[in-house]
Amino acid sequence: MKNENVIEVENLTKAFGAFKAVNAISFEVKKGEIFGFLGANGAGKTTAIKMLIGISHPTSGKAKVVDFDVYTQPEAIKRNIGYMSQRFALYDDLTVQENINFFGGIYGLSRKAIRQKSKDSLVELGMHEISSKLVGSLPLGWKQKLSFSVALLHEPKIVFLDEPTGGVDPITRRQFWEMIYKAADQGTTIFVTTHYMDEAEYCDRVSIMVEGKIEALDTPKNLKQQFKVASMNEVFLKLARNIE
Amino acid sequence: MRTIGYIVQKEFKQIFRNKGMLPIIFILPILQLVILSNAATYEVKNIKFAYIDADRTSTSRSLIEKFNASSYFDVLMDFPSNKIANFAMLAGEVDVVLEIPIHFERNLIKEKSATLGISINAIDGAAAGLESVYINQIIQGYNRDIRVSLMDTSHRSIKPINISSSPSFWYNTSLDYKTFMVPGILVLLVTMITLFLSGMNIVREKEIGTLEQINVTPIKKSQFIMGKLFPFWIIGMGLLTIGLILAKLIFNTPMLGNIPLLYLYTSIYILVILGMGLLISNFTDTQQQAMFIAWFFIVIFILMSGLFTPIESMPQWAQIFTEINPIKYFVEVMRMVLLKGAGLQVILPQLLKTLAYALVMNALAVWSYKKVN
Ligand SMILES: Nc1ncnc2c1ncn2[C@@H]1O[C@H](COP(=O)(O)OP(=O)(O)OP(=O)(O)O)[C@@H](O)[C@H]1O
Ligand SMILES: [Mg+2]
Repeated sequence: MKNENVIEVENLTKAFGAFKAVNAISFEVKKGEIFGFLGANGAGKTTAIKMLIGISHPTSGKAKVVDFDVYTQPEAIKRNIGYMSQRFALYDDLTVQENINFFGGIYGLSRKAIRQKSKDSLVELGMHEISSKLVGSLPLGWKQKLSFSVALLHEPKIVFLDEPTGGVDPITRRQFWEMIYKAADQGTTIFVTTHYMDEAEYCDRVSIMVEGKIEALDTPKNLKQQFKVASMNEVFLKLARNIE
Repeated sequence: MRTIGYIVQKEFKQIFRNKGMLPIIFILPILQLVILSNAATYEVKNIKFAYIDADRTSTSRSLIEKFNASSYFDVLMDFPSNKIANFAMLAGEVDVVLEIPIHFERNLIKEKSATLGISINAIDGAAAGLESVYINQIIQGYNRDIRVSLMDTSHRSIKPINISSSPSFWYNTSLDYKTFMVPGILVLLVTMITLFLSGMNIVREKEIGTLEQINVTPIKKSQFIMGKLFPFWIIGMGLLTIGLILAKLIFNTPMLGNIPLLYLYTSIYILVILGMGLLISNFTDTQQQAMFIAWFFIVIFILMSGLFTPIESMPQWAQIFTEINPIKYFVEVMRMVLLKGAGLQVILPQLLKTLAYALVMNALAVWSYKKVN
C-alpha cells in the first residue's frame, strides 16, 4: 500500500486578479512520504497549501486530499489533516497545557484522550515541567515544536508544515526533523516547505516551485543527477537562474 | 456542545488574563456612568441674572424678588441702562437680563397687561431654551399672584393677563435629570462595551493568525460563533447588573418596573449587538478598521436614539431611520420599565422588534463568516 496517493493535484490554479500566484500545478503525494515543497519567497507555496487544506477556494483545477475534493468536502479534509502555519498560531496568552486542551477539544477528542495525548507530547517535547507557562514566554524553537505536536493531536493522515523551522537554531531544527521522521514512521504523510536546502535532502521527494509553477519534482538524488550537481542548494540555484 | 464549552473556557481565560482589558471592561463603564450621568444633565443652575428696573415700584420689586427666591437664578446686579447690560452680557458676566419698563405697574393696573423685556445669552442654545422656560415659570407664578391683588384694587372682572405659553415637563416635574439620564447611560455602557469587545475579538484572532488555525479545524461555524459570543453575552449581563446596582446606590434611580423583565429584554438586545460586532469583524482585517466602523455606528445610533434629543423633534426621514436603531428600543424599554414601571404588555412591541433584529443580525453574521476564502 506504499503507493497509495493521499494528495492528487491537477492544474491547480489560484489567481489574485490577473496575477496567478499558483499557476496550474500538478503532482501527487504518496501515503507516508515526506514531501518537500520548495520555492523562493513569493513562489506560491503558502497559497497552494491553503487551497489543499480547505481554507482557500482554487480558481481552477482539481485537487483531492485524503480522497476528499477541495471544492466540495473541505470540512472532511480538515478532520484528516493537521496544519502548522507559517505564522506561529497558538495562543500566546494561554499556557502550554491550555493550548493543547483547547485544540484537542475543538478537534473533538475526548477528555481522556486529551489527557493521555498531552502527557505523551509533553514528555516527548521535554516540556512537562513548563506546561503551566504561557506560550508567549517560550523561545521560538520550543513554540514551533509545540505547534507541531498540537497539529498531530488528532492523529491526522497528512500534516502540512509551512516553513516550520524558519528562524530556528540548528540544534532545534535537528530535533524538529527527528519529530518529523517519527511521525512519518507512524504512517503520517508529511508535506513540508522550507528554505533550508539541507532539510530538502531529508525529504523523500522534493518539488521546486518557481513563480507559481512546479519546475522540478523528484527524489533529491535524482534531481542532483539531473542537474549534474552535488547538492540540493545548487539544484535550487540552477533552477532559479534558468528562469531569470 | 462540548466544543462550544472549550471555546467559552478559552475566551474567559484570555479575558481575565488580559490585565489591560479588565479595567476597560469593568472600571471604565462605572466611571462613565458616574461622570456622564452627572455631566450630561440639561439642568441649568446658578443662572447669572441681572435686571434693569426703570419702574421702581413695589410691583417691579416683588417681581425681582421672585427671581431672587428661585434656586436657579443668582440675582447679580441692577443695571442703570440697556447699553451697559448688553455690554455685560457680551463679556459673559450675565446670562439673562430682565428689563422692567417704566410704567410697568401702572400699565398692569390700568390695561391689565404689561410687557417685559428679556434678553438671554443664547450661545449655548440648549441652556438658553431652559432659561427661557424657567423665566416663564417664574413670571407665570407671579402673574397668578398679581391677578389676585389686582382684582382687589379694580372692582371689575378682568380679562386674564396675556402671557405667552410655556412648555412644561411631564415626567420630570422636579427637573431631576439624573433620574432621566442614568437609565440611558446604562444603555450606552452595556452597548458600547459589548459591541467593541465582540467586534474587536474576532478581528484580533485574524490579526494574530489564530483564526486561520481555527479555520483548518473541522469546527462548525455556528459552534465557533456561539462559543465566541457567549462570554460577551455574560459580560453584557454583568454590566447591566453592575450598572443597576450603581444606579440604585449612587443616584437612587427609581426602579418601578419588573427587573427580571428588564433582564429578559437585555438578554435579547445583547444578541443584536453581538451579531453586529461579529458582522463588523467579518468585514474587517484589523482591529483599527473594526474600531472605526463600530464607532461610526455607535455615534449615529446614540445621537439618534432619543437619549439626548427627542425623536419627535427629528425630521421625518430621521424618525423613520430610528426604527432600525436598536439603541432607541433599549433606551425606551429601560426608561419605561425603570421610571414608569411598564410591564411586558407595554414593552412587547420593542421586545418583538428586538428579537427579530437579533435573528436577522446573527443570521447575517453566521452567513458572512467564511471558513474558506
Ligand atoms: N490574498 C492575496 N492577494 C493578492 N496576492 C497575494 C495574496 N496572497 C498571496 N499573494 C501573492 O502571491 C504570491 C505567492 O505568495 P505565497 O505566500 O504563496 O508565497 P510563498 O511561496 O509562500 O512565499 P514565502 O516563502 O515568502 O512564504 C506572492 O507574490 C504574494 O504577494
Ligand atoms: Mg509562504
